[in-house]
Amino acid sequence: MTRYALFALFAVLAVLAPFQIYPILLMTILCFVVFASSFNLLLGYAGLLCFGHAMFFGTAAYLSGWMLKHTALSIELCFILAALAMAALGWLVGLISARRGGIQFAMITLAISQFVYFLLLRAPFTGGEDGLQRIPRSALFGVFDVSSNVALYFVVLVFSVLAIALFYRIVHSPFGEVLRAIRDNEDRVESLGFQPERFKILALTLSAGLAGLAGAMKAAVFQIATLHDLSFHVSGTIIFMTLLGGLGTMTGPMVGAALIVLLNDELAQFGEWALIIQGTVFLAVILFFRKGVVGEIKARFWKPAKS
Amino acid sequence: MFDHISIQLLAGQLLIGLINGSFYAMLSLGLAIIFGLIHVVNFAHGAQYMLGAFVALLLLNVLGIPYWGALFIAPVIVGAFGLLMERTILRPLRGLDPLYSLLATFASVLIIEGLMRLEFGSSGLPYRSPMPGGINLGFMFLPWYRGWVVVFSLAVCLGTWLLIEKTKLGAYLRAANERPEIVESFGINVPRMMSLTYAFGVGLAGLGGVLAAPIYQVSPSMGSNLMIVIFAVVVIGGMGSILGAILTGYLIGIVEGLTKVFYPEGSNLAIFVIMILALILRPNGLFSAPEKSR
Repeated sequence: MTRYALFALFAVLAVLAPFQIYPILLMTILCFVVFASSFNLLLGYAGLLCFGHAMFFGTAAYLSGWMLKHTALSIELCFILAALAMAALGWLVGLISARRGGIQFAMITLAISQFVYFLLLRAPFTGGEDGLQRIPRSALFGVFDVSSNVALYFVVLVFSVLAIALFYRIVHSPFGEVLRAIRDNEDRVESLGFQPERFKILALTLSAGLAGLAGAMKAAVFQIATLHDLSFHVSGTIIFMTLLGGLGTMTGPMVGAALIVLLNDELAQFGEWALIIQGTVFLAVILFFRKGVVGEIKARFWKPAKS
Repeated sequence: MFDHISIQLLAGQLLIGLINGSFYAMLSLGLAIIFGLIHVVNFAHGAQYMLGAFVALLLLNVLGIPYWGALFIAPVIVGAFGLLMERTILRPLRGLDPLYSLLATFASVLIIEGLMRLEFGSSGLPYRSPMPGGINLGFMFLPWYRGWVVVFSLAVCLGTWLLIEKTKLGAYLRAANERPEIVESFGINVPRMMSLTYAFGVGLAGLGGVLAAPIYQVSPSMGSNLMIVIFAVVVIGGMGSILGAILTGYLIGIVEGLTKVFYPEGSNLAIFVIMILALILRPNGLFSAPEKSR
């Protein structure tokens, strides 16, 4: 009962929010909530640290930006196509990297993301160092004008809610159970007749698709796509969001994403200090606060341990 | 189609490849030692390399200590800094998933690079070459300093390899890695040995930085991009394989140089293409024993 009340409250807040708070900030939070959830699917549930997750986010931003700018496709198709393309890229990355677990997976995905970075730097359609600028917000379904911030907010909100619902379904499916089992004891899962590698590849495919959706939306929100979106600093930020919120909790990384977006918004004025402060907070979380915000709250107030 | 490629161009790029390869080899060697012996993926390796270059620069500009002094002093200072990092952020994380120590060193990179940029700005600072001039070999001009870098780094790599594979100290280290409790029962302080191993690897990174200072511009971000290449080298060579890291380092440098001659656009990509191919064809690493890796 309280659950439905909470959902209703959240729905009302989500609808009213853009009239009170700057919609761009809200949309940024939504994009990173989806992005962090996609990362959580890998690290929190499958135990895979993808240190190059920004490659899906940034490449999708370029793809959707290019489609919005140079084709007549409506905005929702651009988002979906970019997300599907990233799922395909995730599958490829999985084929190359899933055989190596743990720490090596992190290093390999980082290197592959750098490879994609250099590819896109050279690619003819990315605009090199300048990136894609003045990306238009094409009409929804080819009919409804969403060029205003508030209108676009509702598009992004709907896509984000759908993405979170998909994430929820994946995590609470038998597939999600197997992923968690692989995280906890891969050999045992293998001895039960599963092929962990295939599950990991599928997890990476789904996660890349979700990250791609986040990047595609981000391109429409800021109307630019640059190489920064692909850099390992973004990959690092998303790890930070996930850890800060609480690894392996459903809502933690979402909370972490919102907190970091707000923090960065505040820190933007401090220039060079921003990264230093971010690094210090990150280090403090790793050393003293590994459960994260939501994990810590759960441990204190949620006695029955059901994750 | 290769008619227009002169011997000068080929030799010049091969030399650059060999120089880059020397740095790849020295840095991935340190990374492989740290990973192989204490199971930490040291993301700060690039930042520590950068610190080595800056320490050399400051020694020269502030204290007037020349290059040859810095070559010994800077690695010790950077190694001591590594010891401090080990005590404060790595030791509390020992026994946990190695992902945490990777992330902790990553976070420290943000702090170190940020502070350095705050103090010294982002642009590159020059370091005067301690060995000006060079020799004309007929088909190419070899600057003395570059020749010195190649010879010296080769010596450092071989020396380190011998130290770890052939001496008693190296045997202790390897044993402590396999069965720490047995080595401790011989009265050896394993935690201290691990700290010193980390400091040694970090010192190697610092030494690389001193060597690099007269060749590349000294800047806070000089280690960042190198870091990812080094990771790829270690992955190709086989995680924790010391000889693999050295050989792969030189190999990658030379291949990169050759790519610059025959297909300049692809020189940044070459190493990653090799990594992907190696992962597909030799999933356990080019030079590692064919056992299932962790």
